[in-house]
Amino acid sequence: MQPRSLVNIGDYDREDIYRILESATKFKENPDRSLLKGKVCATLFFEPSTRTRLSFETAVNRLRGRIIGFSDSATSSSTKGESLKDTIMMVSNYADLIIMRHHLEGSARYASEISPVPLINAGDGSNQHPTQTMLDLFTIYETQKTLENLTVTIVGDLKYGRAVHSLIQGLSYFNPTFNFVAPEELHIPDKYKLFCDDKNIPYREFTNFSAESINSADILYMTRVQKERFTDLMEYEKVKNIYVLHNEMLSKSKDNLKVLHPLPRVKEISQDVDENPKAYYFQQAKNGMYTRQAIICDLMGIDVT
Amino acid sequence: MGKALQVAALENGTAIDHIPTDAVFKVVTLLQLQRLGNRITIGNNLNSNKMGSKGLIKVSDKFFKEDEINRIALVAPNVNLNIIRNFEVVEKKKVVLPDEIIEIVKCNNPKCISNNEPMKTRFHVTDKEKVEIQCHYCEVKIKKEEIVLL
Repeated sequence: MQPRSLVNIGDYDREDIYRILESATKFKENPDRSLLKGKVCATLFFEPSTRTRLSFETAVNRLRGRIIGFSDSATSSSTKGESLKDTIMMVSNYADLIIMRHHLEGSARYASEISPVPLINAGDGSNQHPTQTMLDLFTIYETQKTLENLTVTIVGDLKYGRAVHSLIQGLSYFNPTFNFVAPEELHIPDKYKLFCDDKNIPYREFTNFSAESINSADILYMTRVQKERFTDLMEYEKVKNIYVLHNEMLSKSKDNLKVLHPLPRVKEISQDVDENPKAYYFQQAKNGMYTRQAIICDLMGIDVT
Repeated sequence: MGKALQVAALENGTAIDHIPTDAVFKVVTLLQLQRLGNRITIGNNLNSNKMGSKGLIKVSDKFFKEDEINRIALVAPNVNLNIIRNFEVVEKKKVVLPDEIIEIVKCNNPKCISNNEPMKTRFHVTDKEKVEIQCHYCEVKIKKEEIVLL
């Protein structure tokens, strides 16, 4: 039988999500446990991503596991022309779990089907990055005490944003209401609107970052509007300052509102928001570690109770 | 006259009828007919009441397996298959698009692992009516008119 892997957020159902969140809550209370003692985890980063790699490696280190791997394909044998299959087969001789980031889309699904040990997708091109979604869900759960019936306003690049698409998918089990705030060129693809329609998930679309979209929200999920995504630079110049959150814009927001961002942030959240207790993006990033501890133990069949 | 008869009448074998004219040679490739030693007749741009013009392929002494013949559903979803034994049509079949397509189609996403690694391509058929498929690996959806065969 193939070992269980996490490739796509769709690999998790409602029960799986709740199980991981409960386990992540325990790791947040006590992240230093010897649950991975004697285990070796491989971090194969064919594409560099310092933030994600450090989060995973800290998660393993705090559980007393050992790490092998590489942080850049320049230092792996793929530069010698080795196939992904051969790299996976070789590494699985040594490791009990593989954490992989790769620039090619679908690489994680393929690797998970070859690998005799569980595999976690830490990002495959612009396709999937499920542990980001799980840490987003954990942060929402932690700050709202529930995942059910929340209004989530998502702002910025809704067309290409991988984190956004997976978050919509991940929240779909919990009866959300969405506000999609994006410039014309980067609006939410029809595919995701159809997905929401299909699941009876109500949503509204805004091209203006309006007070209404902020004040009705329980979660304000900001993302970066990247210049290189625009075909028309005039259009970029027009919108680049519209999708920026300033502190005063939060003055009439709900008490329970939290502002999240998958990071790195550039200018879309002004520095003056950082001091507001509703800003939660740095804690969100830290939650990544606890969530990854939960996912790693879950895939390896380790009891965390 | 004798030659004309040879073409027209099939004693035993399969006649694949109502092939869109632009798909005839793709069907030949998909069924690997170039590798067969059997007697094969390929007709194209023939008159058709239904289609205006059509293609037709007759293969003597060959009866395709389901999974072989279903491969052609991708390029010619409405063809008729006539199974002929002893000069009689003993069975008429429609091709059916399978749920999964392995090793026939190329993924349109240049950044897909299947275009960069020696491996079989694999697609799920997400819409049999419209012939829409999705890459098992990179999850890209491909419409009928965008399908590229390997």
